[in-house]
Amino acid sequence: MKLPDLTELALRNLRESVLRNSLTTIGISVGVASLVAMLSLGIGLQQLASRHLEKSGLFDTVIVTSRRDLRHNGREQNNSEPAPSESPTLDEAARAKMEHLPNVLEAYPDIRFITELRFEDKPHLTMVSALPESMKNNDAFEGMAGQFFTSTNADEAILQKSFAAELMGKDSKRGIDQYKAADFSSLLGKQITMRYAQRQAGAPVPETQDEKDVDELMDVPATAYSVVSREQKLTIVGIADLDPESMRGPTRGKVFLPLGLAESLHVMQPTDLRAIASSSSNQPTYSSISVRVKDPKQVESVENAIKKMGFNAFSILDATRSLRQFFAVLDLFLGIFGSLALAVASIGIVNTLVMAILERRREIGIMKAIGASDGDVRKLFFAEAGAMGILGGIAGVALGWTIGHVINFGTNIYLKRQALPPEHFWAVPWWLVGAAVAFAFVVSLVSGLYPAGRAARLDPVQALRYE
Amino acid sequence: MNSSSGSVGTERTAIRTHEVRRHYTMGQSVIRAVDGVSLEIAAGEFVALLGSSGSGKSSLLNLLAGLDRPTSGGVIVQGRELSKLSREELAHYRLHVVGMVFQSFNLIGSMTVAENVELPLRFAEVERSRRDTLALEALERVGLRARHDHRPSELSGGEQQRAALARALINRPQILLADEPTGNLDSRTGTEIMNLIREFNQQLGMTVVMVTHERVLAEKYAQRMIFLADGKLVDEQIVASAAAPGLEGRQP
Ligand SMILES: Nc1ncnc2c1ncn2[C@@H]1O[C@H](COP(=O)(O)OP(=O)(O)OP(=O)(O)O)[C@@H](O)[C@H]1O
Ligand SMILES: [Mg+2]
Repeated sequence: MKLPDLTELALRNLRESVLRNSLTTIGISVGVASLVAMLSLGIGLQQLASRHLEKSGLFDTVIVTSRRDLRHNGREQNNSEPAPSESPTLDEAARAKMEHLPNVLEAYPDIRFITELRFEDKPHLTMVSALPESMKNNDAFEGMAGQFFTSTNADEAILQKSFAAELMGKDSKRGIDQYKAADFSSLLGKQITMRYAQRQAGAPVPETQDEKDVDELMDVPATAYSVVSREQKLTIVGIADLDPESMRGPTRGKVFLPLGLAESLHVMQPTDLRAIASSSSNQPTYSSISVRVKDPKQVESVENAIKKMGFNAFSILDATRSLRQFFAVLDLFLGIFGSLALAVASIGIVNTLVMAILERRREIGIMKAIGASDGDVRKLFFAEAGAMGILGGIAGVALGWTIGHVINFGTNIYLKRQALPPEHFWAVPWWLVGAAVAFAFVVSLVSGLYPAGRAARLDPVQALRYE
Repeated sequence: MNSSSGSVGTERTAIRTHEVRRHYTMGQSVIRAVDGVSLEIAAGEFVALLGSSGSGKSSLLNLLAGLDRPTSGGVIVQGRELSKLSREELAHYRLHVVGMVFQSFNLIGSMTVAENVELPLRFAEVERSRRDTLALEALERVGLRARHDHRPSELSGGEQQRAALARALINRPQILLADEPTGNLDSRTGTEIMNLIREFNQQLGMTVVMVTHERVLAEKYAQRMIFLADGKLVDEQIVASAAAPGLEGRQP
């Protein structure tokens, strides 16, 4: 028999005992719904987690440091890698080279230092970090008040909400989230003075101490440069609406400067000590460089390329690997629990079809007497099982989707009461819809295996004697 | 319709059985439903199988129909040894070579009359449009075209048997096997059915083997009567009044 005929006959037979078949189909749909609900929860939670991580802007970023800085961590290093002393310096040349690696968008030095800022004659000690212009489009600056830097060399600053609160004398300890960036817009356009230590190249002094001592003492050696105290006036142009507690790489500071300006200031950074001490030239070296990659998928290859250049490279991918493993295991468990309900439903299919064989014994006998082959009868029962599977699968996906949204909705009402922002932890991707229906179809076909075989083997003479 | 092809070869053998047996084992005892029957039926012949209840008529017919397999002996239909056919080939044989009509009609209650009639065409994988025309044509022949959309339960016994006849003939089988086709009908509707069967026998040259326990019916329509008792062939009679197949097309 051909497929359209099979489908037509199967649907007709399902309609004949509509109550029993509906109940069986509902059983399947409940099974599918529980599977979809479980997996959607797993996928949704995973997406929620990666959304939060991705927002950090670190997902597509590789942080590069020099091996020399980590010399004291030598034991953790792979022996096959170049010895620290042979490792190249992290200078402008290295940065340019990284920027030319395939799939790299840009490579910029991380400039970050703690310094004093004066606002309305009050000193505030805080972490300052430099931002490249590309950060303008980063999610991290979503919902900021004011605007991004006008140029990379402008004498401008962007404050983090919590620092703005500090400047305005507000208590930021008690939940900064209750403030919006816009609450501090009165600060926009005001001046702030940054006091910082500038390093300057000086006359080289013969080195007396060996390197090891320098590393351990963390002392400023009487060598190649001097430190001068400077001041820089900055105009506040923006207040970023960021969560200061979250890990956000270059956005970890509380006050941000444009990268060009920060580079030109030659601010002394804590890591300069070692770098300068071991550097033979007067070229500035960077404590670390952020390499932004076009696509998070290429992070690993870029990371490996940088390691080959002799630097240390680190990306959030390393940190999330165990997280992803956790979610894989979670999905597996949720999937197994979800499938259990479907397994129970499949017993329902077997039961329904075996009942149908008993009831339709005579009909099967008639069909065989007028020329139906074993295969025709088998296919007919398979088609009935498959039809119940597909119908149950579709209904189940709809049911699971509804359940998920109701739970998500309910949870968000709860979150709102707790003064927390709503979250979307429920996701039913299209592949899950397709896979769930296909899985229900396959499960029902497998369940139909035994009944269909039994119906096919029925002896027509016996079946016709049956009243 | 082709009315002459079958009637010419009257002497050609359509069905031959050789010492065919069908024994049922019920625990200790063995029931010899068919016990060594050898017979020959010519193509285009109308044969009646007679015998008292339990004499093995239905059992023998099932063997001829390929619905059941003999315990021993052979059934040869149109030169084919049925016991050598696979299950698949037997299904094909039932679909294309023989048509079956039962005492209890055996229509499928959940389908309309037209759907019942076209069911064998579905198994034969005939296209839908062609199926519809063939089914209506067959119903036309048995005078049921107007009722094609009804369910079997909405028809009278005679109408149901006519529908069953249309179904048996839809694939144009060479052999019609009928197991007491008038058993559940009053004599008037029974005559109606018998006339139809004779029409097919005479006009299409179809071989007919009909089981009955009414000798009157057999004498009226069949050319030959075969008597069974306890599974054995006990007597054979040529019906004198019956005309040779194909020579008399007129109905009484
Ligand atoms: N499937 C079976 N299992 C056991 N015994 C059977 C089976 N089918 C038939 N028989 C027995 O074989 C014998 C012949 O049965 P069959 O149905 O062929 O008789 P019949 O001549 O058609 O009778 P009737 O005129 O009542 O229809 C009977 O004794 C019956 O009980
Ligand atoms: Mg009988």
